[in-house]
Amino acid sequence: MTALPDVRSSRWAALTALVTTGVLLTACGSNTDNSGSGDGPAKSGGTLTFAVGSDAGCVDPQQVGSNDTIYSVRQLVDSLTDQDPKTGKIVPWLAKSWDISSDTTTFTFHLRSGVTFSDGSKLTAQVVKDNFDAVPKLGALGTLAQGYLSGVTSTTVVDPLTVKVTFAQPNAQFLQATSTHSLGIESSASVKRTPQQKCSDGVIGSGPFVLKQYVQNQSITLARRTGYAWGSSRWSKKGEAYLDKLVFKVVPEAGVRAGSLQSGQVDAIGSVGRANEAALKGGQVTLQRRANPGVVFGLGLNNSRPELKDARVRQAILFAIDRQQIADTVFPTGTRAATSVLAHTTPDYTDLSSDLSLDAAKAKSLLDAAGWKAGSDGVRTKDGKKLSLTIDWIPNSATNQPALELIQQQLKAVGVQVTLKQLQITQLAPTLQSGDYDVAWGNITRADPDILRSNFSTRLANFYRVPAGSLDTALSAQAATTDAAKRKQLVGEAQQLIVQNAYYVPVVELQTQLGVSKKVHGLAFDASSRIQLHDTWIG
Amino acid sequence: MRRYVIKRLAQAAGVLWAAYTVSFLVLDYLPGDPVTAMASAGMDSGQIDPQQIAALRHEYGFDKPVLVQYADYLGRAVRGDFGDSVATGRPVTSTLADALPQTLQLTGAALLLAVLLGGGLAVAATYTTRRWLRQFLLSLPPLGVSVPTFWVGLLLVEAFSFRLRWFPAFGNDGLQGLVLPALTLAIPTGAQVAQVLAKSLLTALDQAYVETARAKGAGRWRVHLRHALRNASLPALTVVGLLVGQLVAGSVVVETVFSRDGLGRVTAAAVTAQDIPLVQGVVVFGALIFVTTNLVIDLVYPLLDPRIVVASDRRASFA
Repeated sequence: MTALPDVRSSRWAALTALVTTGVLLTACGSNTDNSGSGDGPAKSGGTLTFAVGSDAGCVDPQQVGSNDTIYSVRQLVDSLTDQDPKTGKIVPWLAKSWDISSDTTTFTFHLRSGVTFSDGSKLTAQVVKDNFDAVPKLGALGTLAQGYLSGVTSTTVVDPLTVKVTFAQPNAQFLQATSTHSLGIESSASVKRTPQQKCSDGVIGSGPFVLKQYVQNQSITLARRTGYAWGSSRWSKKGEAYLDKLVFKVVPEAGVRAGSLQSGQVDAIGSVGRANEAALKGGQVTLQRRANPGVVFGLGLNNSRPELKDARVRQAILFAIDRQQIADTVFPTGTRAATSVLAHTTPDYTDLSSDLSLDAAKAKSLLDAAGWKAGSDGVRTKDGKKLSLTIDWIPNSATNQPALELIQQQLKAVGVQVTLKQLQITQLAPTLQSGDYDVAWGNITRADPDILRSNFSTRLANFYRVPAGSLDTALSAQAATTDAAKRKQLVGEAQQLIVQNAYYVPVVELQTQLGVSKKVHGLAFDASSRIQLHDTWIG
Repeated sequence: MRRYVIKRLAQAAGVLWAAYTVSFLVLDYLPGDPVTAMASAGMDSGQIDPQQIAALRHEYGFDKPVLVQYADYLGRAVRGDFGDSVATGRPVTSTLADALPQTLQLTGAALLLAVLLGGGLAVAATYTTRRWLRQFLLSLPPLGVSVPTFWVGLLLVEAFSFRLRWFPAFGNDGLQGLVLPALTLAIPTGAQVAQVLAKSLLTALDQAYVETARAKGAGRWRVHLRHALRNASLPALTVVGLLVGQLVAGSVVVETVFSRDGLGRVTAAAVTAQDIPLVQGVVVFGALIFVTTNLVIDLVYPLLDPRIVVASDRRASFA
């Protein structure tokens, strides 16, 4: 379901708030420096207590899609590769190097030696094969991991430390996919358990922390893995993690999370929305924020609808929206208005802000030119038909409704009537599939630009009914090249085609926002705007 | 007496069946199903394969006609098997059994507090001879009933956890963690106990037997507690029966505000995920608690008031 909005935030905790991380803070000109310098030398030991809003009911990284749970289970496993949040570059982790065939169908990973899982077993090519062979059998909760491996034809053991993954089609996104928690490597014994056992009893990984206890809806407790010595090449500390223990408490009420942090009952909290920012200002708390990479929040237009087939109408909608107003009034502080269909933290993002500026006069003249004349009630008409569109949306984030109400007003100002229609979360996928909708609101988090192909290629699901054309060519070509510069150029071309043709109307970026006590240092976002706690310490 | 009990048991079974059936139909009527709910929870990536969804639906039996599904579920439910939760794969009965002790602790403590606080308030309000004090005390219960539990919970957390730091703001740990949630839940419940008890105490104090007791020289306190309260407690007892159901329902909000594990949280999660087997289990279990409490209360009446006799014994009592 390519086009579905981001549901990583729990359905219950609704607020998919966001923020950026230490690493990107500099880039954002934001407030904190959590790098660890300044407050004396980093020290080992201690417990970090982190309050999250929800529990996914599962502690298997390969089956978890909700940020609140990814924060903890990410620490249990290592991945073949890691991704630099600043450059988007893929760097070594469990794999010390890799080769990609020129048509991007075959990926060969050379594993690091001496890596062990917490059950004592060794990391070998066979273990990686066991993992990739098991992923397609994970069932409904494993859709994230399955998507990364879709089209895989075989995983073969070349020698004990070399593994080769072959796909039927060019698949450049797979390299980035190996850096995600979803394709984190578990021990062979762990992989053999049923998906449900892995969910409830946990998994055995080689990560810097091991699972000590999981109490559903209550807490997830991790302890430092002793003897850990195979961290990602981008981490600053070598060897074991600093912290002895990590305790993730499930606290569904946003106000209670904020108060608990402020009163020192916890050290960090997830999902800080605009409403709770004031309570956390001043005092011993820092707000850390980073935009989620991937497709920004926006209006997914059904390009096959008669009104929306006309590029002028789509472009008019694009120019009529005041993105800055929406970002500033509805979303957490620091949220950026969209400057492309991709968020600025996505690799190969291109700044198209000049194509996405507010220009109501231009919107009006485009509609005039398209034959939609202003009517007496302010709504434009053509051949007796009103220019009226319905936006379908789901309540998976508290910001959706207020953002859409603003959009409704902004479009009304240029003579487009908008009706908002709330769907159940489960209704959205079938609706997009059926094509029976005008406009759908959503976003998708993914730190690889290939997400554009999943969303806009007419050869895949094509939920937005984009007409076949040069966009397809660019999207397929970027998936088939290993040349970074060429891929960047192709991805840039695709972003331009989508924005200039207004196939999708980008609105705002999704930003992850965490509240962190000032005594916590080195708590940094990874490339997907989740967290890595190996380098984190309390002082 | 035996016939009475059998009749009441049959009624209870009818209530359970109705609860089961209505919840099944409502869940069936809702758009979507648990399989798509589950699959779309991790949809960040890209594709959910419609074929895979279809296969899963088949596995859970959601592709069968509604009546067949209903008969299937009901048949197993009467044997005590509510199936497995779709979201977690754990058996529904063990999920409920794990959550139950936490909720019993919470609702038990809340009920105790409610009866003590509500009862105490009613007795004090009717005992005092100071008019202004009585008016003041009697105005508290309507207030307690009308403020939202959610808001009371947040106020208590703000004051006693964030500011005074006497109690933890979340979690199931120990007696300390129980105080604020139990108090939150006890406020609306205790207020209802107080309203009913105060009213019936005032009525009882006007009765002739109270005059008689006074005439015989019984002290005011003795008349109030031994004579009037005993008779006035019957309506309050009936209310307590109803309140038990309300406490279980209230635990959904209180357990969420205080991040406690328990039936309320299980319920909230099951409803959001449209986890049909689990919701069904919760509904039937809730109905079971409710009918059991009311059955017990019906059987306790005769013990409190010898004038009350159960229907089938009426002939004997006339003899």
